[in-house]
Amino acid sequence: MPRLIELADGEARWAEDGFVHLADEDPIPETGDVILSLARFEAEGDALLSSNARRVGVRIESHEEVEVLAYDLPRIALVALAFPKFRDGRAYTSARLLRERFGYPGQIRAVGDVLQEQAGFMVRCGFDAFEPADGASPEAWTKAARRFRHVYQRAADDRPAAFEERAS
Amino acid sequence: MYQYDLIDREFLADRSAEFRGQVARRLSGELTEDQFKPLRLMNGLYLQLHAYMLRIAIPYGSLNPSQLRRLAEIARDYDKGYGHFTTRQNIQFNWIKLKDAPDILDKLAEVDLHAIQTSGNCIRNTTSDPYAGATAEEVDDPRVWCEVIRQWSTLHPEFSFLPRKFKIAITASAKDRTAAKVHDIGLLLRQGRDGRLGFEVIVGGGQGRTPYVGPTIKEFLPTDRLLSYLEAVLRVYNRHGRRDNIYKARIKILVAALGAEEFARQVEEEWAKIDPARADLPASELARIRAAFAKTPFETLPARSETFEVAKAGDAAFARFVRNNVRDHKKPGYAIVEISLKAQAQTPGDASADQLEVVADLAERYGLNDLRVTHAQNLVLPHVKLDDLPTVFAALQAANLATPNIDLVSDIIACPGLDYCALANARAIPIAQDIARQFADLDRAERVGELKIKISGCINACGHHHVAHIGILGVDKKGEEFYQLSLGGSGAEDASIGKILGPALPADRVATAVDQLVGAYLGIRADGERFLDTYRRVGLEPFKEAVYAQAD
Repeated sequence: MPRLIELADGEARWAEDGFVHLADEDPIPETGDVILSLARFEAEGDALLSSNARRVGVRIESHEEVEVLAYDLPRIALVALAFPKFRDGRAYTSARLLRERFGYPGQIRAVGDVLQEQAGFMVRCGFDAFEPADGASPEAWTKAARRFRHVYQRAADDRPAAFEERAS
Repeated sequence: MYQYDLIDREFLADRSAEFRGQVARRLSGELTEDQFKPLRLMNGLYLQLHAYMLRIAIPYGSLNPSQLRRLAEIARDYDKGYGHFTTRQNIQFNWIKLKDAPDILDKLAEVDLHAIQTSGNCIRNTTSDPYAGATAEEVDDPRVWCEVIRQWSTLHPEFSFLPRKFKIAITASAKDRTAAKVHDIGLLLRQGRDGRLGFEVIVGGGQGRTPYVGPTIKEFLPTDRLLSYLEAVLRVYNRHGRRDNIYKARIKILVAALGAEEFARQVEEEWAKIDPARADLPASELARIRAAFAKTPFETLPARSETFEVAKAGDAAFARFVRNNVRDHKKPGYAIVEISLKAQAQTPGDASADQLEVVADLAERYGLNDLRVTHAQNLVLPHVKLDDLPTVFAALQAANLATPNIDLVSDIIACPGLDYCALANARAIPIAQDIARQFADLDRAERVGELKIKISGCINACGHHHVAHIGILGVDKKGEEFYQLSLGGSGAEDASIGKILGPALPADRVATAVDQLVGAYLGIRADGERFLDTYRRVGLEPFKEAVYAQAD
């Protein structure tokens, strides 16, 4: 069972994971926060959200487009973006769009083939929670995310790009 | 050239430190080769047939003398005394030890060089016109835009895990020396009717297994909107490019599958949603970058140099060098000098440490500290006074660097081939050497005129054989090296993909076949026609006959 790392104020820490990842064939538990596939969210999300006070997250596979969530984002507690392989970079685009285009304030969690070497890219694209597949500790994660003192482009984080540093 | 500041230097230092840590984890066994592979590839370190190969980025092919001297030092201290310039205007060292790689990267960083994004499925080194800032043909200095892209694309958080590698070329001259139309993105700088500058944007060209001349998806992109538009193109590709098959993952496959019009529509749709105030560079930063390139300290000189004219009249070898390797400069009294790395018996694109130092000295003393690498694997001194040309020529001659064959039959592009590369089916270097030997007679080579021969050791086409006037592709026929010839390709402004001539030939037939093709051309060419023009006029048949008739 992967443990959860959360990022707050630039510091990565172990976090209690209140959510349960539900496979499509799993029964919905009586209570508790759940993460559903997009298909299941589309089918059952309304009922779940209106019937009780639990929080609902949605897992988006790398071939699925986050735009379909646009209208539901205000009531979604977290979006889990899947990396089927670390080489599959589609979730980076999904994360940036969620943050920068839709202004999504909730948790964006990296799941799947999530490695510490990707930490810097992920944090810059707006991910703030991680289920590392390589056993990375929060310390390693923080270090990897902070490795570069400078960045060259604007992204979903608030770091100034090199040209902004130069101008200031 | 562009001056790195503290930010650029700290960035390289951080990168070096990161890689040193990764190598230490590999050497201690904490990382397996499988885990280490993507990390070393992100730093340009490949495992080849015999050793590690380190590919070092030369942004848009531009170097200063201290950088070239450092490359010479690395060749001497860590390699076998030479380096190999590539068709991406980079340099690679073929005999590197893993334990030395972090030290090498530190030494490179001291002179503002690195190996970032010389491998991996990311935006690679942007290539450009080696005559940038020196030729009167250009409507703007393309290096400004290359530098804009260098910074923007460096460790781009969204676009470092694309479906496949991504190559951009920029040219600002009508004569294209970058092969822009066979790049993932080719940017052709144009001046609009109102005098404003913009890019013609070509997307989805490429070579490899499925060569395409890229279609134009935007006729005129205002230059100040470059980065937001690139972001839109890359985002559409990152989301929709194929990831199920490595051979179908380049953007050309997506563009071909959707059609250029539909691809362009999707890009426009995405572009419209991007906030220019966040995605495009502010005018102040563009001006800062531009100013860095405007500082070449040219002198005001007369257009005619007596020293130069006297030398040309008195020395036939110098006159030949001038005819073939020297080009017009935008400033009176200056010239552009091409240094051929295609001497007889040389590996195309190789230079020894001693040679690199000679070139560095010449750039320092006679070349305004500027040096370029061409995609044809040669070097350029872009700013040499006509007065100094005889001296520069003599120094090049003494270092076996004065071969007067630019764009002639022996100026061959070749990939490393089976001599080095783990992917190759056949050797490329000995074939290039055979052909150079066949055409050693310089008078004859000059009579033949412009003839671009390019050799790839496998279908991945690193030697650009698809866009050669005569392309040569190494294939494996039941364990034997064979070579398939194609004619009529071009990587220049008149880009086209070559057509296969006929059945593949054994290695010892290739140079003869090229000779037969040239013989056929000389027999039927009309006035002023290059080999390529004649082929385009008459088609394959006469050439096919010249090569295969006698063999039957």
